[in-house]
Amino acid sequence: MRPSNLKTENKKLKEKELSVKSKTNNLSIIRDFIYNAAFEIGFSAEVIDNMILAVDEACTNIIKHAYKSYPEGEITVKLKYADKKFTIIIIDHGTPFKPETVPDPDLQTYYRQHRVGGLGMYLMKSLMDEVKYVSVPGKYNQVLLSKNLNSTL
Amino acid sequence: MAEFSTSTKDAGDINVIYLKGYLDAHTAPVLENTFSELIDKRKYSIVVNFKDLAYISSAGLGVFMAFIEKIRENSGDIKLTGMSDKVYNIFDLLGFPLLYEIFKNEDDAIKKFNETK
Repeated sequence: MRPSNLKTENKKLKEKELSVKSKTNNLSIIRDFIYNAAFEIGFSAEVIDNMILAVDEACTNIIKHAYKSYPEGEITVKLKYADKKFTIIIIDHGTPFKPETVPDPDLQTYYRQHRVGGLGMYLMKSLMDEVKYVSVPGKYNQVLLSKNLNSTL
Repeated sequence: MAEFSTSTKDAGDINVIYLKGYLDAHTAPVLENTFSELIDKRKYSIVVNFKDLAYISSAGLGVFMAFIEKIRENSGDIKLTGMSDKVYNIFDLLGFPLLYEIFKNEDDAIKKFNETK
């Protein structure tokens, strides 16, 4: 019986879920949620910081663009850890996102326009091993971020 | 909820903004207000001290972009100091050191303003 018990416990430990409303004051709750899970898995402090930032950027984009700052939307963050790979799936039900329409960051454009756009996505791609968007129009949007435990940065 | 606050110091013609806590999409408006207040008072020589800043996301970085052109048009500048390696790495990743002068010490940042006056 022992192996099956162990399996159940592991499953409990390695899958987690958090749902919050689409308000910017929930970003810190999401960051804490990622910190606790990543710390438990054993990621280095530096990698944890990077993952927290990537998830913050993804959720900030959802609040501002998918929900257009409407505060009653739902954001669900699902975590999985298997085969040394930490997977973070973030789901919303707002306007579908088209990653191909986001320009690469350009400092001169920011300077002229007094605003930044696309920085968050650039950070996510730079800081995570994998960034994948899936939208099912009228149903949900999903962004998947992953990081391998052996990744250095 | 993550806390963020700013405080300012009047160092003659130069004003220092101290950042404390977590600067994200929720708290960025606090820093925007601090910049707006200084600009309203025609204070365009600004040093931002990051020593007590624990965290910054792109929403926080955007605040610096929002004001820099106006400040430079008025012969001012935003100079940055006191960054942890963690915060510097994010600035560096995005190429911000090309646009902003970054100093180890607050005194050096202030001195640079005085030299160029």
